[in-house]
Amino acid sequence: MSNESGREIPKSIYGYGKTTCYAGPFSTIPTGEKVSVRNACSFPGQQKKLGSVKEAIQRVNLKDGMAISFHHHLRNGDEVMNLVLNEIAELGIKNITIHVSSLSSAHEPLIEHIRNGVVTDISTSGLRGTLGKLQSKENILGRPVVFRTHGGRARAIEEGNIKIDVAFIAAACCDDMGNMNGIEGPSAFGAMGYPIVDAQYADSVVAITDNLQPFPIWNISIPMTLVDYVVEVDNIGDSNKIASGATRVTNNPTDLLIAENAAKVLIALGCIKNGFSFQAGSGGPSLAVCKFLRSYMEKNEIVGSFAAGGVTGYLVDMLRDGLFKVLLDTQTFDARAVRSLKENANHVEMSASMYANPHNKSCTAHQLDVMILSATEIDESFNLNSITGSTGMIMGALGGAPDTAAGSKITVVVAPTMRKRIPIVVEKVTNIATPGETIDILVTERGICVNPRRMELRKKLNETDLEVLSIQELRKNVEKLTGKPEKIKYTDEIVGVIEYRDGTVLDLIYRVDE
Amino acid sequence: MSNLRRTMLFCPASNPKLLFTAMIYKPDCILFDLEDSVAYKDKIASRDLLVEALKSVDYKGCEVFARINSLDGEFGEEDVRELVKAGLRKIRLPMCESKLDVRTLAELLDEVEEKNNIENGSVKIQCSLETPKGVHHSLSIATASKRVISISFGAEDFTRTLGVNRTKNGVELAYARGLIVLNASIAGVDAIDTVYADIADVEGFLAEVKNAKAIGFAGKSCVHPSQIPLVHDIYSPSEEEIEWAIKILKASQAANINEGGVILVEGKMVDIPVIEKAKRVLKLAQVTIENGGIDE
Repeated sequence: MSNESGREIPKSIYGYGKTTCYAGPFSTIPTGEKVSVRNACSFPGQQKKLGSVKEAIQRVNLKDGMAISFHHHLRNGDEVMNLVLNEIAELGIKNITIHVSSLSSAHEPLIEHIRNGVVTDISTSGLRGTLGKLQSKENILGRPVVFRTHGGRARAIEEGNIKIDVAFIAAACCDDMGNMNGIEGPSAFGAMGYPIVDAQYADSVVAITDNLQPFPIWNISIPMTLVDYVVEVDNIGDSNKIASGATRVTNNPTDLLIAENAAKVLIALGCIKNGFSFQAGSGGPSLAVCKFLRSYMEKNEIVGSFAAGGVTGYLVDMLRDGLFKVLLDTQTFDARAVRSLKENANHVEMSASMYANPHNKSCTAHQLDVMILSATEIDESFNLNSITGSTGMIMGALGGAPDTAAGSKITVVVAPTMRKRIPIVVEKVTNIATPGETIDILVTERGICVNPRRMELRKKLNETDLEVLSIQELRKNVEKLTGKPEKIKYTDEIVGVIEYRDGTVLDLIYRVDE
Repeated sequence: MSNLRRTMLFCPASNPKLLFTAMIYKPDCILFDLEDSVAYKDKIASRDLLVEALKSVDYKGCEVFARINSLDGEFGEEDVRELVKAGLRKIRLPMCESKLDVRTLAELLDEVEEKNNIENGSVKIQCSLETPKGVHHSLSIATASKRVISISFGAEDFTRTLGVNRTKNGVELAYARGLIVLNASIAGVDAIDTVYADIADVEGFLAEVKNAKAIGFAGKSCVHPSQIPLVHDIYSPSEEEIEWAIKILKASQAANINEGGVILVEGKMVDIPVIEKAKRVLKLAQVTIENGGIDE
């Protein structure tokens, strides 16, 4: 059967189960109740500190076939997931499901655990590097990886689609009763947005820290009320790869040009006014948009309401300089932003559920006026791909893009028209990560395209000197320079299921035929 | 009135990406280089790339130049033959030192144009003055052929030949620049100032562009797209200048003195040179006035 985005979705998928087709961004209304958690009790004099990760695994009674979770705030410096999996492997435990907020190149040791049968199932927001290639080319897992958005993961945990037996939570700071934060210590990484939800719903919670403090610490992101055990280790991660340095605005002239055009679009549409709210991804043109908006806001004495999402040093400076009143942070991107989260009361930590779970009574993503996204591909229906590359290989992530695109009043995609002579604007994206009906405007270095669903925006932009053209026209212009890319050949083996944020199936990733 | 040549973006033709992207930064002119920035082994491949680009890429109104290799060497003549055939109409002649250099190229162009059924004189020349000898002969070079539309200054080779270092204040270039600008003015061609290679030094770049504009250069060679808006800003007339130019143009049209004569506008004498200057101001500001016929 065909879903709302025109993708054929089988009724049931091996290794995934029954499917529900994506029906539109807000078409699937949940019923019933969220899951409840197992009861517990505590006693005076209770000790939670254990001698090792191995002991923790034994004490929580982890068995074959159980599901464990991790978070990826330690990014490329993460050593906790590998440490835990090595211990699980040593104990001879097999058939483990991993629910991780995302995977990066730091997690390549996972390949060995998959080959040895320790890990047999993965749900994540993204898959990069060799692991992505192996799943795409070999179906190394033997079943599809389930890709969920940040909001979708929180929803799935709360609705019971994901059942976590044990959550292993890396903490930059933790006291001996399990109160945790991510902002103090040698491995500080900032907000703990993702594991806040894990801690609330997992049957058992193990805090792993390299900065154990006596009870009580006073900055608490995850409280001891949710934590079973605490383990001290030498290192939770490589601090050089966690949150080093400052995020800098790009010097790439094409990115700057795109960013300047995006800022002009937002200004022309009247979005940049007192009280507006905003989110932009890190790096590339997204951050550069902030630079151009900043100068406009300063010149016109505009103060925004809040900026959200992955927080960078650049947004921190805007908060400090009074250009935004509040930062809402679920994932902190650099060292300056980590410091700000610790020191500035208006820099507020939020859970992934508060950030973007659509099945809450409200979420931050739905309060956004403007969202800036980037993409690896965008097609003539404005569908966005951020998960597979031009070769069909899994190499990216969904992140919070589908959540914020659906929630914000205006969603602008900033992207170059080509990368290394490969066109970004295509007839049909390889995979849909964010549905086109939630994307409003594409800004490139060769012109601006408005989704025909938003003709009122196009009308406004036509009154400016910005170069507005149809996305079909833009694609043809680009293909004149790049040629039409060859179609990727696939087998009929499904190696990835892309869930929309509401749990319906948006698209499928097939094994690349080489 | 000549085209605006405020910015000339320098792009090695060996870089395929730049062949497709240079125009997106909206320079007035693009200069694809086949000479110094292209390695010997890449000379022919780069020329082929440029030929294909000229045939297929829409440069969106940017004036496209190519810096050819020396006509004394093994690539220069073929550069001219291939590029003109592919549609190029603006050639930068490197290391130009005498009117003979210009005439040699002009004669070759006569032949190439005839062979390809291109109207005689269609291909224009920009002469690159990069040595003391070239600078000294700038007037005879600029007037050597009707094809010459501009002369450009290359300070790196100039200072090397002179045996001096380039400084931030550019004192070593002052005489040469002044001479080039004067001779370009006498010849009625544009003078384009040298590149400023330190991309990170925005302050130094701005100072040099302001100086170039003040002494009469029509534009600046740019080595990076980030320099383009900076030059355009400096060359953009102020609001007062634009308003004044509009008044002059409107008054001159009303009095119909475009063929000659003098009128008074707000007590100031306006004649043909003042009107021409006003037209250039509006061109720089990219402003047109109705019924004025200045939207060239």
